[in-house]
Amino acid sequence: MLKVTETQEITFSKELLKQFDEILTRYPEGKHKSALLPILHLVQAEFGWVSTPAMDKVAAYLHILPIEVYEVTTFYTMFFLQPQGKYVLEVCRTGPCTLVGAEKMMQHIEKKLGVKEGEVTKDGLFSWRGVECLAACGMAPVLQIGPDYTYYEHLTTEKVDALVDELKSKKA
Amino acid sequence: MARKLLLEHIDVAGINTLEVYRKQGGYRAVEKALKKLSPEDVVDEVKKSGLRGRGGAGFPTGMKWSFLAKPEGKARYLVCNADESEPGTFKDRYLMTNIPHLLIEGMIVSSYALGANTSYIYVRGEMMPQIRILEKAIAEAKAAGFLGKNILGSGYDLELYVQPGGGAYICGEETALIESLEGKRGNPRIKPPFPAISGVWGCPTVVNNVESIAAVVSIINDGGDEYAKVGIGRSTGTKLISASGNLAKPGVYEIELGLSVEEFIYSEKYCGGMANGKRLKAVVAGGSSVPILPANLILKTTNGENRLMSYESLADGGFATGTMLGSGGFIAFDEDACIVRNTWNYSRFYHHESCGQCSPCREGTGWMEKVLHRLEYGHGAMSDIDLLVDVAKNIEGNTICPLGDAAAWPVASAIRHFRDEFEWHVKHPEKALKGNYGLAHYADPLPPVVVETV
Repeated sequence: MLKVTETQEITFSKELLKQFDEILTRYPEGKHKSALLPILHLVQAEFGWVSTPAMDKVAAYLHILPIEVYEVTTFYTMFFLQPQGKYVLEVCRTGPCTLVGAEKMMQHIEKKLGVKEGEVTKDGLFSWRGVECLAACGMAPVLQIGPDYTYYEHLTTEKVDALVDELKSKKA
Repeated sequence: MARKLLLEHIDVAGINTLEVYRKQGGYRAVEKALKKLSPEDVVDEVKKSGLRGRGGAGFPTGMKWSFLAKPEGKARYLVCNADESEPGTFKDRYLMTNIPHLLIEGMIVSSYALGANTSYIYVRGEMMPQIRILEKAIAEAKAAGFLGKNILGSGYDLELYVQPGGGAYICGEETALIESLEGKRGNPRIKPPFPAISGVWGCPTVVNNVESIAAVVSIINDGGDEYAKVGIGRSTGTKLISASGNLAKPGVYEIELGLSVEEFIYSEKYCGGMANGKRLKAVVAGGSSVPILPANLILKTTNGENRLMSYESLADGGFATGTMLGSGGFIAFDEDACIVRNTWNYSRFYHHESCGQCSPCREGTGWMEKVLHRLEYGHGAMSDIDLLVDVAKNIEGNTICPLGDAAAWPVASAIRHFRDEFEWHVKHPEKALKGNYGLAHYADPLPPVVVETV
């Protein structure tokens, strides 16, 4: 669901716009709407989520209607329409992963972070959610963290603890 | 004899780089095709090879290519489907990560065959690391003159781009993928027109799976006839199998089609049997959407013959006692796995991933999820089991795209083969919440023996 929670103007840096321009060269003339998904990924990587003002700006850049951006961001699960933790732990919850302990991993993450699925920790560092099959079933259980979407495979509760602690220490 | 046509050099250090890939004979297929063969010759070789689409449908690739319309003055496109999202399937990610140039080389040869001057690899957005790997490989190939203008002096031009998805299983369906590539929601299109006539931006388009395109390289190097000698019957060549679940050695294996299921599960060369000395209860052989089979039926057909890893043998017996090779997502369940819980999990997946265009799928997947949830959590009634069969029947065949079938088959097959386990959940909710039904009569009829292979 799209809820407008942020109305503050944002600006796209020169570097970001340069990357947008490069993406446009990949498609035939007049087919620039194809750049929408790659551009939204860059926006999310930059701001941590995709706010309504950001979507409006993307629409203006691509000369399309804002609704054309909204209908895309509400369809694809990767785009966050609310602010998230700096690190979003996305844990695969689909069949093959659950056969080897994905549900236990999610319970452990909830306990370790002290927040429920979709919530952000007080320090703003973490949020987590279950996602559908990440195509790493042979290395299950598995989670990934954006914006690079690095995969963490063969998870154990110890590995999850070490990962969370490592990310926490990065802050300092 | 187990031949490897895709992963032969996978263990060579640095095979992800152009330099090492070339030393192992890489890009020979591009040289051969562009210098010695016409586009029609390439299509003919692929037809001769008998290669069938490796994404799940198993449609002959050469025939798909020959349907491509070639109207004057209109661009044609090849789009590689790297939206690998079928639960249990992770072979394309493995291939792109470890040997990206095999896909790039296949894309160049295939694009040449189809007369495409711009091609795209549509990769699911979650695979951002693989997108970076492919972009690097494309830059290397371009610097070496295998992409761009006048490739190897042949007069043929090709630009190749990687396009990220946004997290949607449905975009693995080719017309949804095309919609997504156009920057829209991934709603499948009504066919006809087929993409071969009107695909990306209304232009003739071929969409092929990563593994199919990679297979074109060895077909061109060795010839379609040679490729057709590998495998069994109409299941020619090799297939990447993604093995997951309760196996001792899960992972990606390249098998020659026709290998016995028993050997695949129990031999040390492949999965090494079940993990932790448990016994096999059931297998989903081709990705989550194909019918689940109990151990006895996956190992042997009802005629008592060994079940083989081939399109035909896995389908033997139809849906009554058989299944499908699908994408090769091989998920093994041990004696502790709960079939009801797993079926509920799959239904939740399909409900989550339904695009919502067609009512039978949008509503039906939601109902199946709800009913399975109450069965799993001890609130089910006996009538729920037949209700599920009824809902599944009403989804199947009544939707624009195959997602409806993919959602219906796992539910229908689980009840077909494991009805007593569903009934046990209704009769003994308190037991079902605490424990599992176990192996019952589905037990693997064979002791977990190690099959000797040469």
